[in-house]
Amino acid sequence: MPQELFNKPVTELSGMLARGEVSAVELMRSVAERTRKVEPKVHAFNSLDEEDALAQAAASDARRAAAKASGAEVHALEGIPIGIKDVISVAGQPLTASSRMLATFVSPYDATVTTKLKAAGAICWGRLNLDEFAMGSSTENSAFGVTSNPYDLERVPGGSSGGSAASVAAGEAIASLGSDTGGSIRQPAALCNIVGLKPSYGRVSRYGLIAFASSLDQIGPFARSVDDAATVLGAISGHDRRDSTSLRMEVPDYRRGMDELRKSGRKWRLGIPKEYFGEGLDPEVGAAVQAAIAEYTKLGCEVREVSLPHTKYAVGAYYIIATAECSSNLARFDGVRYGHRSKDATDALDLYFKSRAEGFGPEVKRRIILGTYVLSSGYYDAYYLRAQKVRTLIRRDFLEAYKQVDAIVTPTSPTPAFRKGEKAANPLAMYLNDIYTIGVNLAGLPGISIPCGFTGGGLPIGLQIIGQPFKETELLAVARSYEERNDWRNRFPTL
Amino acid sequence: MTYETVIGLEVHVQLKTRSKMFTRVAAGYGHPENTLTDPVVLALPGTLPVMNKDALDKIIKAGLLLGCDIAPVCKWDRKNYFYPDSPKNYQISQYDQPICRGGSVEIELPGPARNVMGEHKRIALTRIHLEEDVGKLNHGEGASLVDFNRAGTPLMEIVSEPVIQSADEAFAYLTALKTIMIYGGISDCDMEKGQLRCDANISIRPVGQEALGTKVELKNLNSFSFVRDGIAHEIRRQTAVVESGGKIVQETRDYDGQTGTSQSLRSKEMAHDYRYFPDPDLMPVEVDSAWKESIRSGCPELPFDKQRRLLEQYQVPYTITSVLVPDGELSDYFEEAARLSGKPQAAGNWITNDLLRELGASKTPLSASKVRPAHVAGLVKLVEDGTILSNAAKEVFIDMFHSGEMPEAVLARKGLKAETNLEDLERWCAEAIAANSKSVADYKGGKESALNAFKGPVMRAAKGKADPKRVDETLRRLLAQ
Repeated sequence: MPQELFNKPVTELSGMLARGEVSAVELMRSVAERTRKVEPKVHAFNSLDEEDALAQAAASDARRAAAKASGAEVHALEGIPIGIKDVISVAGQPLTASSRMLATFVSPYDATVTTKLKAAGAICWGRLNLDEFAMGSSTENSAFGVTSNPYDLERVPGGSSGGSAASVAAGEAIASLGSDTGGSIRQPAALCNIVGLKPSYGRVSRYGLIAFASSLDQIGPFARSVDDAATVLGAISGHDRRDSTSLRMEVPDYRRGMDELRKSGRKWRLGIPKEYFGEGLDPEVGAAVQAAIAEYTKLGCEVREVSLPHTKYAVGAYYIIATAECSSNLARFDGVRYGHRSKDATDALDLYFKSRAEGFGPEVKRRIILGTYVLSSGYYDAYYLRAQKVRTLIRRDFLEAYKQVDAIVTPTSPTPAFRKGEKAANPLAMYLNDIYTIGVNLAGLPGISIPCGFTGGGLPIGLQIIGQPFKETELLAVARSYEERNDWRNRFPTL
Repeated sequence: MTYETVIGLEVHVQLKTRSKMFTRVAAGYGHPENTLTDPVVLALPGTLPVMNKDALDKIIKAGLLLGCDIAPVCKWDRKNYFYPDSPKNYQISQYDQPICRGGSVEIELPGPARNVMGEHKRIALTRIHLEEDVGKLNHGEGASLVDFNRAGTPLMEIVSEPVIQSADEAFAYLTALKTIMIYGGISDCDMEKGQLRCDANISIRPVGQEALGTKVELKNLNSFSFVRDGIAHEIRRQTAVVESGGKIVQETRDYDGQTGTSQSLRSKEMAHDYRYFPDPDLMPVEVDSAWKESIRSGCPELPFDKQRRLLEQYQVPYTITSVLVPDGELSDYFEEAARLSGKPQAAGNWITNDLLRELGASKTPLSASKVRPAHVAGLVKLVEDGTILSNAAKEVFIDMFHSGEMPEAVLARKGLKAETNLEDLERWCAEAIAANSKSVADYKGGKESALNAFKGPVMRAAKGKADPKRVDETLRRLLAQ
C-alpha cells in the first residue's frame, strides 16, 4: 500500500506540516476518511467527534500560522491526530471505560495528559475501545463490542488497550494513548505490529485516568516508530501536582538523548531472562525473538543470560494486588452521583446491588469479588501483604540483573493474536497472556514493545525491551537500534 | 454491689483549613448544597487525592500540644465501606500508623463551689489520626438527598484511653480539648456546625474488678450537655440491666438528647469489615524533626498552664482566671490591661464583668471592641487616684464602649470628674462640723458612726461629686485637731 497521509509517522507528518505541504485540516480529513472506511471492520473507537476534531485541526493551522509570523517554536505534535483510550478523560467527551456503567457519562474535565497533548497542539481524536475498565487482554470484555485485529479481523487486537493499538495499525490515528497495568499497552502493540511504551511508574501523571490498579497503572503512547513514541512520551511526561505518585524529576528530551547515545556509539549490554523462554511460548514467537536478539549481537551488543527467579510468582502476586486495588477503586461506581443507576431500586443498599449488577460486566465483577476477598479481615496478611512482599522480590530480581546489563529483552506476548472467543471462556488462560509483561508493572519499570516479525500466517510478533527505572532514553535508544535494521513497521495491514 | 464506670471517648474535630483534605476546593459551613465540590470531592472517574499540608501541620500541632509522639511518616490507608454520603465509598484515613500516639488532656473537675478550683487530672490518649469527613444526607419523603459540601473536610479523630470515670469527667475532657484546639487555631470546635463530634464507649464493672465490662457505643451526642446527659443515662441503664440480672449486649446506641432516651442502632454482628489497605494514590510523607520543631515554635501556652501563671503572676482570684483563660485572646487582653494599669485585679474585674457584659449584650467580638486594654487601664487609674467615683466610672465605661474615646475625654465631655477643689472640701467639712456639736461630742466620745452625720451635708454641698474616701479623711483630720 502506498503511504497515505494516515499511514505516515509523526516525524514525517510534522515536517510536511511545518513546510506547509499539508495542513492539519487536510491531515485530519485523511484520517477521518480512512476511519469511516475501515472502522466498520476494525471497531477501534467507542465514539468519534469528527466535527470537534476538524475544529481542533483548524485551530491548529491558525496557531501554526501565528507561530510562523512570530517565529515561535512549534511542537512536533502540532496538528497530529492522536487517539485517546476511553479511560482517559477529555473534557466534554464521553468517558465510558467500555462499561455499561459509564455508557452515557461525559467527563467535565481534562486528564493531565490530555491538557499536555492539547498544549503541544495535538488533536484529541475519538474515544478508543478497551476491555471494560482496562481489565482484559483482548478487548472482548468491552461492553460495546470487540475490536478486531487489523491484520486478521477474526482475531483480537490484544488488550486492554486494543482500540488504541488497532487504530494506529489501521491508519485511524497517527498515534494514540493507552494505559498499561499488566501489559495493556505492550501486548496489543505486539499483536498489532506497532510500538507501545509503558513508562516508569511515576513518569506520567495518572490524573484523569480511570484507575484500575493505582500502584500499577501508567499511561503511555502507541506509535508507528520508536521516534514517534519518544515524541509523545516527551509531551505527556512530568510531575503533576494533581498526582502525588508522579515524580518530581526533570523530563529529558528523549529524542535528542537517543541521538546523542547513537553518536556515542554505545554498545548495549542486554540480558535474556531464561525464565521468559519456557513452556507456553509459541515457537514462531520464540524464533522471531531469538532472531531479533541475534541482530543485537550483530550490532555489537553484549548479550547474556540473566535470571529473574521470582518470575513464576508474578502473575499470582499481580492478580492479588491489582484486584485488591480495583475492588476499592471501582467502589465509587454506585449509581448515586453519576453513571448507571438502576431504575427499580427500593433503598440505598438495593441501589448499589442493582446498579452494580447491571452496570459491570462479568470480568470486572470477578476481579472486584477477588479483590474484596483478599483484603478481607483474616486474609489480608496471607494474600495482600504476601503479594506485596513478592512484589519487592520481583523488583529486586530486576535491579539485581541491571547490575550486569543495561536492558532486558524478552517476547512481549507468549503467542500472536488469538481468535476471538478462543480464550474468552477461560479467564486463567487469558491471564497467562500477560506473563511476560506483568513483572515490569510490579517492578515499576519502563518497558517497550516493538515489531520484530510475523508468523507464517501473517500475524505480528512483538519484542519487549525492559529498561531501568526512569531510563526511558536508554530504553528507546536500544529499541531504535534494532528498529533501524528492519522494515517490519512498514508492513501495513490490508483492509 | 457498687459499680464503676469506664468511658472512652472518640472525638472528631474538623480542622480549620482553607481548603479540603485532598483537593483545593474550599472547606466551609452554611453554603448552598453541593457548591463546595469539584471532580475530586465528587469522586469523578480518574480523579486523585493530593494531601493538604496545612491539615497535616495542624494535626501535628494538636499532637504537640497534647504531648503525643509524632510518627516519623504520615501514612494513608483506605477504609472501605459503602454509604451514600461517602463519594468514593472508601474514606482516606490512617489505620495502623496514626500520625499521633499517646499524649494526654489535662482536665479540671467541677470544684466544691463556683469560686473554688476543682481537682485536676490527666486523661490519657490512645491516638490521633487524620482522615476526611463525609457528606451529609438529608432524608425527605420518598427520597434522600446528599450534600457533599462537608465531604473531604480534614477531620481529626482523637481517641482517649478507656480511663474516663464519669459523665462529669467526660464533660470536662471535652471542654479542655475544645479550649486547646481553639488556642492552637486548630479548630473552632463549634458543635452546632459539626466541627466537633463525640462518640462514647461506655461500660460498667463491679468496683475492684480488673476486667472491663461489655462496652456500648453511644452516638449522636451533639452537644456537650448531651454528652454528659447521655453518658449518665447509659450508666443508669447498664446498672439497671446488670442489677436485674441481665447482660449488657455489645451494641451501638443512638442517644436522643431531647427525650433523654436511647435506642439500639446495630449489634456487634453487623460490624463492618473495612478492608483497610495502604492508599496507593498517596505517597507516605516524611515528617522530620525540623518540620516538627517549626510547628512546635508556633505552639501557644496551654490553657491550664496559662491559668496557673496568671494566678501566680498577677495574684488575681480563681474566678477571674476561670473566665479569662478559656479565651486566649481575652487572656492576652487582660495581661495587656494589667501591665498598663499596674492593677491586675481591678483590670480583671472591669474585663470579666463590664467588658464581657457589654460585648455580650451587643454581640460584639472582642477583636471588634472599641474599648482596648489602654482604655481599661486608664479607667482603673482614674478610679484609683480618686479622679472618678465608681458609679461614675461605670457610666464612663459604657460611654467608652460605644464611643471608643479614652476615659479622660469621656470624663471631660460628661463632667463626671470627682470634686478635687480641696479648699472647698475643707470648707464644707469645717462647716458641717461647726453645725453639729452633738455629733462632734459623740465622735470624740468614741462613737465612730457619728462621723456619718457630717458626710450628708458635705455631699449635698458638693452636689455628689466629692470622693467619699477623701471626705472621710478630711473629716477625721479636722475632728482630730
